[in-house]
Amino acid sequence: MDTQAKIKETVTSNPVVLYMKGNPKFPQCGFSNLATQILDACQAKYVTVDVLQDQGIREGIKQFANWPTIPQLYIKGEFVGGSDIMRAMYESGELQTMLNATK
Amino acid sequence: MLSAAQLEEYIRQGLACDYIKVLGDDGTHFEAVIVSPAFTGKSMVQQHQLVYGALGDRMRAEIHALSMKTYSPQKWVEINQ
Repeated sequence: MDTQAKIKETVTSNPVVLYMKGNPKFPQCGFSNLATQILDACQAKYVTVDVLQDQGIREGIKQFANWPTIPQLYIKGEFVGGSDIMRAMYESGELQTMLNATK
Repeated sequence: MLSAAQLEEYIRQGLACDYIKVLGDDGTHFEAVIVSPAFTGKSMVQQHQLVYGALGDRMRAEIHALSMKTYSPQKWVEINQ
């Protein structure tokens, strides 16, 4: 399976997916850390993909969403945004609503 | 080393801005507030993509992190009231 197909499968077979640097226990970047904190504050159930473990995914995910930075949040297969957008949607309550709809 | 002023200029070259302010002095991490008519009617994702598009390959090569807040001119007026 090629990288784009693999990403597609990951984001459609899991309701909430965060592509990040490191993992929630040991995030390797402040923005990835912020993203996990926001999801935890929403009491979301989510899976993470550590892009530092796979160079193909690290580059492929940037093409997938036409988005050049990590972290990237996907809900029900849709790209939601990076950490700035996650923060804005958390503050407005919109993110909580979207996450509640996945439970 | 990339300065906030240079980054501001790069964004301006690729995107018509009513207002732009870029902060950051370590050469790789920047914070920007950008107001552009091009953002009107666009989602936040689309607004950020317009900025990334204006920066093109520089986003990969020179800039490690760009945190941004983007507003349409109308939204900018609303939040400043």
